Amino acid sequence: MSASAMAAGQPAIGRTDFYLVEEPHHEAGGFTHLGFWIYLMSDCLIFAVLFATYGVLGASFAGGPGPRDLFDLGLVALNTTFLLISSITYGFAMLAVYQGDQKKTLMWLAVTGLFGALFLVVELYEFYHLIHEGAGPQRSAFLSAFFALVGTHGLHVTFGILWLIVLVVQINKRGLIPANVRRLTCLSLFWHFLDLVWIGVFTYVYLFGVLR
Amino acid sequence: MLLVIIPVMGLTVFFAWRYSAKRDGNYDPNFHHSTGLELIIWAVPLMIIICLGAITWVGTHRLDPFRPLTHIGERRPISPTVEPLDIEVVALDWKWLFIYPEYGVATVNEAAVPVDRPINFHLTSQSVMNAFYVPALAGMIYAMPSMTSQLHAVMNLPGDYEGFSSNYSGAGFSGMRFRFRGLDAPDFTSWVAEARRSGETLDRARYLELAKPSENEPPVFFGTVDPDLFRRAVNRCVEDGRMCVDEMMALGSTGGTGLLGTINTVAVAGPTSAFGARPFHVDELCTPQEAIRQSGRESVVLLDPAPLPISTPDETL
Amino acid sequence: MAIETFASPETSFLFGRLTWSAIPLHEPIVVVTFIVVAIGGIALLGALTYFKVWGYLWKEWFTSVDHKKIGIMYMVLGLIMLLRGFADAIMMRLQQAMAFNGSEGYLNAHHYDQIFTAHGVIMIFFVAMPFVTGMMNYIMPLQIGARDVAFPFLNNFSFWMTVGGAVIVMASLFVGEFAQTGWLAYPPLSGIAGSPYVGVDYYIWGLQVAGVGTTLSGINLIVTIVKMRCPGMTMMRMPVFTWTALCANILIVASFPVLTACLVLLTLDRYVGTNFFTADNGGNPMMYVNLIWIWGHPEVYILVLPAFGIFSEVTSTYCGKRLFGYSSMVYATVCITVLSYIVWLHHFFTMGSGASVNSFFGIATMIISIPTGAKLFNWLFTMYRGRIRYELPMMWTIAFMLTFIIGGMTGVMLAVPPADFVLHNSLFLIAHFHNVIIGGVLFGLFAGITFWWPKAFGFRLDPFWGKVSFWCWVSGFWVAFTPLYILGFMGVTRRMRVFDDPSLQIWFLIASLGAVLIAIGIAAMIIQFAVSIWRRDELRDTTGDPWDGRTLEWATSSPPPAYNFAFTPVAHDIDAWWDMKTHGYRRPQEGFKPIHMPQNTSSGIILAGLATVCGMALIWYIWWLAILAFAAMIATAIWHTFNYNRDYNIPAADVTAVEAQRSRMLAGRA
Repeated sequence: MSASAMAAGQPAIGRTDFYLVEEPHHEAGGFTHLGFWIYLMSDCLIFAVLFATYGVLGASFAGGPGPRDLFDLGLVALNTTFLLISSITYGFAMLAVYQGDQKKTLMWLAVTGLFGALFLVVELYEFYHLIHEGAGPQRSAFLSAFFALVGTHGLHVTFGILWLIVLVVQINKRGLIPANVRRLTCLSLFWHFLDLVWIGVFTYVYLFGVLR
Repeated sequence: MLLVIIPVMGLTVFFAWRYSAKRDGNYDPNFHHSTGLELIIWAVPLMIIICLGAITWVGTHRLDPFRPLTHIGERRPISPTVEPLDIEVVALDWKWLFIYPEYGVATVNEAAVPVDRPINFHLTSQSVMNAFYVPALAGMIYAMPSMTSQLHAVMNLPGDYEGFSSNYSGAGFSGMRFRFRGLDAPDFTSWVAEARRSGETLDRARYLELAKPSENEPPVFFGTVDPDLFRRAVNRCVEDGRMCVDEMMALGSTGGTGLLGTINTVAVAGPTSAFGARPFHVDELCTPQEAIRQSGRESVVLLDPAPLPISTPDETL
Repeated sequence: MAIETFASPETSFLFGRLTWSAIPLHEPIVVVTFIVVAIGGIALLGALTYFKVWGYLWKEWFTSVDHKKIGIMYMVLGLIMLLRGFADAIMMRLQQAMAFNGSEGYLNAHHYDQIFTAHGVIMIFFVAMPFVTGMMNYIMPLQIGARDVAFPFLNNFSFWMTVGGAVIVMASLFVGEFAQTGWLAYPPLSGIAGSPYVGVDYYIWGLQVAGVGTTLSGINLIVTIVKMRCPGMTMMRMPVFTWTALCANILIVASFPVLTACLVLLTLDRYVGTNFFTADNGGNPMMYVNLIWIWGHPEVYILVLPAFGIFSEVTSTYCGKRLFGYSSMVYATVCITVLSYIVWLHHFFTMGSGASVNSFFGIATMIISIPTGAKLFNWLFTMYRGRIRYELPMMWTIAFMLTFIIGGMTGVMLAVPPADFVLHNSLFLIAHFHNVIIGGVLFGLFAGITFWWPKAFGFRLDPFWGKVSFWCWVSGFWVAFTPLYILGFMGVTRRMRVFDDPSLQIWFLIASLGAVLIAIGIAAMIIQFAVSIWRRDELRDTTGDPWDGRTLEWATSSPPPAYNFAFTPVAHDIDAWWDMKTHGYRRPQEGFKPIHMPQNTSSGIILAGLATVCGMALIWYIWWLAILAFAAMIATAIWHTFNYNRDYNIPAADVTAVEAQRSRMLAGRA
C-alpha cells in the first residue's frame, strides 16, 4: 500500500490522523508480480555468470573440437523455432485468459507445452549426439561451459513444462480464479524470459561460435 | 588519513562526554540539518581520497611487480650493461623449486641472488595456487598452475632471509618455507659452483618425482637441469606424450582440431568425479591416422573431407 | 597426508561412500565434543518431551509464518552457531600459541585446516547472516507499519533452508570431514584432485541449501519494503534501518545468484568431471576467484549496512534527537550499495591483473570510505547538542565508532595495491576484517539485540551482565587483534599451523588472552539472557516504548500482537512515532475490525528437511536417496500449491480483547 494508492482509494487524511479506520485494500497479486520479477532478475544473474563463463572459456578447446566442428545450425534453427512458437502460443493462452475462455486457455497451454517438449527433445538429441561423438562436457573447458549454459536453460524449460502441467490441472479443478490467473501471469513471465535467454544463447553460442 | 581519523575519534569522545544527559549541555532536538557541515563532511574525505587516489595510481604503476626495474635503489639507476638474472620458480606440493637458466642449476627450498643485480622471477605452480613471498625482498605474487606471473626485484643487502608461501595451499603449507640468501658477487659464484658440484640432474622424470606431495623438505641442489623444464611445467606437459597448453592454444586459435580432437585423450590415474568420469590428459597430436589407430576406432567422421580410413599405416608420424 | 588416508574408492549402492570409517573416532577432540553434544542433545530432547512442548513448538514456532517469530528463530540459530564458530576460534588461537620451538601444537594439519575453514564459513553464513536476517525480519515490518512480510510462507521456508545449511555444516563435524580449503574454497585445491573426500562437498551443499533461503528472503524483504509501507511513509520517510535493510536485500538478490552459479560450476567439476576451474584441459581457476569475490565483497556490505542502520536508530533514540543529515545518510547507503559491486578485485591484487586494473579497483575501494565517513560524521553530529543516555546500546555504538574507524583506516591501507602486495594474506588482513566484522557488524547486532529485546519479549535486559559482556568484548577484541596487526606488519601469514620464529610467540599468547576475554564476554551475554528471563517481572516494559523511541515499532505493545497494529498506522514525518507523540496521538480503544492474516504451514520445514536430506545424500554419493528426496521436494512443492486457503481472519472480538488487555497494562503503570 503506497502513498499514491492511499491518495486514490482513501478519504483524505488529516495531519492528526495517525491510523486508518478502514483496513486498506491490497491489490491482489501486486506483491507476487514484483516478487517474481525480482526472482527473474536474480535468475538472470545466474545466466549472466554462465554467459560470462562461456565468454572466458569459449575458446579453450584443449586440443579438442571447436564450435565449427560440433554445432549443427540446422538443428539449432529448428530448436529455436519450436521455442519461439511456444512463446507465441503462450501469448495466445494469455489472451484467452483475459477473455475468460478457460477451454481455449487450456488448449493453447497444451500447445505451448508440446512445443516446449519438442524443444527439449531436440536439445537432448543434440546433447546425446555430442556425448556420443566424444565431445561431452568433460572434454574441454569450452564444452563444459557450453553444456552448463545450454543445460541450465534446458533445465529451466523442463521445470517450466512441469509448472505448466500443474497449472493445467489447477485450472481444470478451479477455473480461471484470480490466484490461477496470477500464476499464469508468472509462468508467462518465466516462459518469455527463457525465450529471451535462448535468443542470447542462439546468437552468442551458436552463431558466433560457428562464425569464429 | 589520520588527519580525519584522530579528530573524529577525539570528537566522539568529547561529544560523548559533553552531551551526556547527566551534564545537561545545550540540548537542541531540532539540530538535524546543516548544509555547511554536510558539505564539509563529504568534501574533506573526498579531497583526501582524490590525493590518495592519485598517489595510488602512480604508485601502483611504478611498483607493479610485472614492470622491469629501472633503479636498484634510491638514485641508483640500472646501468645498461647489467643483464637481469632470470630465476624460474615452481611452487610444488609443498616446496619451492628454483631454476637458474643462466647457470643451468636448480635448487629446492633454497635460493640465492647476487646483491644489487636486478632479478626477474618467472613463477608458476604445479598443482594449486600459492603466493611467492620474501618479505625482505619485495611484495608477494601468486604462483598459479598453467600460467606465469612475474616479479621484478633486487636485493640490496647481503644476508640470510626467509621466504615462504603466503597463500594457503593444503596440508603441508606451514612448512613451505625456503632460505633466501643475498650474496656478494664472489659468494654467489661459489654458491652456483656448489650447486653445480652436487652432480644431481633435474630432468623431467626427476621433476615428476619431486612434484609428489611432501612436507618440510630440506634444500636440494641440482648441478644440471633440463633447459626446457620450466616451459613444460607452465604448459603442463612434463610427462611424456602430453599436449602442451601453448600447443592447445595454437590449435584453438584456428578453430579447434575437428572431431579428431575427441579421440586424442588418454585416461590417467587420479580420483574420479562423483559420477565416475575418469581424469584424462590430452595426447600429443601426430597425424589423424595415428590418432585414429590409437583410439581403436575404425574411422572418424570429419565434416570435410570424406571419412578417413586407416589404410595408410606407412604415413610418417 | 589427508588425501591418501581418506580417498576410498569403494561405494555401495545403499550407503554410497558412507562407511563406519567416516566417523572420526581417531580424533579425541571430536569424540569428546560428540559425546558432550549427544548428552546435551538427548537431555534437551528429553526435557522437551517431558514438558510436552513439542506440540507447542511445532504449532506456534516451527510452522509459524509470523515474521516476528521467524526473526527470533533466526537469532537463536545465530547464537547457537556463534558458540560453534567461537569454539573453532579458541582452538585456532590455542594451536597458534602452542606451535613454537619445534612443537607441532595439538592439532594435526587435517584437523586444523578444517577448523579455520569452518570458522570462516560458520561465522559469515550461519552467525552473521542469520543475525542480520533475523533482525531485518523482526524489526523492518514493524518499522513500516506492516502486518507481516509480503510472502509469509516463503519467509518460513527461507529460515528452514538456512537451518538446513547449518545442519549440513554441523554434520561434517561428526561424520566425515569439513573442507580444508579456507572459507572460499579456491580451486584447484577444492577440485576433486585436490580434495577428493567429502569436505568440499559438505561446504558446497551446506552453502547451496542456505543460499536458496537467503536469496528468497532477500526477494521477500525487498517486496515488503517497496509494497507494504503504511500510508504516508514515502521512501524518504523510511527509518534508516529500513533503508539499510532495503539496500542489503538488494545486494543479496544481486549477489547470491553469483555465488550459487559459481558453486554449481565447482560442483560440476567435482561431480561430472567438467573443466571449469581445473588447471588442465582449458579450465581457469582465476575465474572462480573472480566470481566468488563478485559475491563475496557485496556480502560484507550485506552484513554491515543493517548494522549501520541499527546504529542510526540507536543514536537518534538515545540522543533524543532526529538523526543528523537523514538524506545524506540515505544517499551514503545507496552509494555504498552501488560501489560495493565494483571493488571485488581488491581481494586479489596479487594475482597480477596489471597496474591499471589494480589501481582502478584500489581507488574504487577508497571511494567507499567517503560515504562511510559521512555516516560516521552523521552519527557524531547527532550526538552534538543531544541529551545522551548511556544505556547499553549507546555504549555499543560509541565503542563501534571508536573501533570501526580503525578498521576503516586499515581497510583503506589495504586498498592501496603496493601496500597490499606486502600485507595481503597476512595477519594484518585478518585483524582488519575482524575489526570491521566484530567492531562493525557484531557490535551493531549486540546494540540491536539490547535495544529491541524489550520490544520482542516485553522486558528489558539486565544491564549489569550486559555491561560485563560489553567491557569483556570490547577489551577482548583489542587484546586479541592488536597483536595480529603487529604480526601482520612483521609479515606473518594467515592459516599457518606451526611457526619457527620463537620471537613471535608472545604476540600469539596475548591474542589468546584476548580470545579468553571474548569468551567471558560471550558467557556474560548468555548469563545476561538467563538472568533477565529470571527477573523478567522486575524488568517488565508495560509501555511498549521503554526508550522513548522514534519509529513505528515502539507504537505497538511489547511484545507486539500477532497482527502488529490494530489499525494500520499513518506516517506524517521521518520518525513517525516521535511525530505522533508530539502531535497528541491517542491510542484507538474501539471500533476494531477483523484482521486478515496468513495461516501457518508445515510446507516450509518439510521442504527444507527434504533439501537437507538431498544435500547429505549428494555429499555421500547415495544417489537413490538424493533422487528420492528431490522428487519428494518437487511433490511437496506441487502439493503446497494446491492449497488455496492460506489466510484466516482474526475476529474483531479477539482484537478487542487483546487491545483491552493492553489498555489495562498501560493504565496499571500510570
